[in-house]
Amino acid sequence: MDPRPSIIATRFARIKTVIAVASGKGGVGKSMIAATLALSLAKNHRVGLFDLDVYGPSAHLILGASDLQPTEDKGLVPPRISNVSFMSPVFFTQGRASPLRGSDVTNMILELLAITQWRKLDYLILDMPPGIGDETLDVIRFVPNCTFLVVTTPSKVAMGAVDKLLDILQELHRPIIGILENMATEPSPIKDDITKRSLRYLGSLPYDPSLEAALGHPEKILTTPFGQSLRRLLPAIERYETAASSNK
Amino acid sequence: MHEWALAESILAAAEKTATQEHLKTIKELTINLGELQQIDRGILRFALKALADEHPSFTKAKFVFKTEKSQFTCNVCAHTWDYKDLKKTLGATEAEAVHFIPEAALAYVRCVRCGSPDFQITKGRGVTLATVKGT
Repeated sequence: MDPRPSIIATRFARIKTVIAVASGKGGVGKSMIAATLALSLAKNHRVGLFDLDVYGPSAHLILGASDLQPTEDKGLVPPRISNVSFMSPVFFTQGRASPLRGSDVTNMILELLAITQWRKLDYLILDMPPGIGDETLDVIRFVPNCTFLVVTTPSKVAMGAVDKLLDILQELHRPIIGILENMATEPSPIKDDITKRSLRYLGSLPYDPSLEAALGHPEKILTTPFGQSLRRLLPAIERYETAASSNK
Repeated sequence: MHEWALAESILAAAEKTATQEHLKTIKELTINLGELQQIDRGILRFALKALADEHPSFTKAKFVFKTEKSQFTCNVCAHTWDYKDLKKTLGATEAEAVHFIPEAALAYVRCVRCGSPDFQITKGRGVTLATVKGT
């Protein structure tokens, strides 16, 4: 018997809200949004960020956290950067390519979920890999009370893949905070489709060429047009959480 | 001391089994330790005993450890090798990473025959709870 699933609920017991930043498509800015969301929320809340993109973790590059390591205290305690507790597979693979097959992915995620000792948090943000593969299914299966914030771009190609993720999440009755349109154009070509699904269109974020120069500098990220736009969308995300907790 | 976190998961799993099997007093847990993870038995035993003391149904439990030898199989050339061979290719930092997350081995190790990174951990990965005995 694998003992790890039995302890995961305990590990999440002191976390009020878990938000998985997910998309059906790669390259839409999930990691950037997950990291910036964590940094923005950390101004007023206790926040953790968990990079679950086991093949291509990148949140450490966005945060400038490459030199950090977890500490041991009855498990692994995530290091903190810019007031965000941060855990990533990169702490163990040192940025090397990790050619994992399906069962390896699940084992790595289960191990991280079982041994990471999150402190009391208001928000834990999960930076998800693209698609509806092992990582997404593992989060749905093992992470209690996980809500989903789905990211897309205006492209039909992205939205086509995002539709499949939304199909699965809705079929499994997973709570979806809403859809965030990144690298947006005006008018939004996706807003109507989202409304037809009875989902919330949370808003749009601009394509921001200044973002690249801010990578690795959390405070600079928050002052970019992208960072400021995301900050303006926080009330919509927090409102959902408030409504959800009052319905519990 | 991440063995403590693993000890917590073992007792949580044993508690579930005990409930399912209507066991009120746990007498013995058999725990398989995959060689790859290099768990410190002394620390794990210490953590299990300390945690068991807080659970009335576990206070008399005996903990039996069994080592499961590790085996790795290349998906390309089908060669198999063991932990002794794998260990030769790991430095101290890499070995510590594998101790925490055994799958980290896939980032550091290559097939000892053909050099492929595409191999499987076929045996002896990590910690499993083999049996729960009680009344």
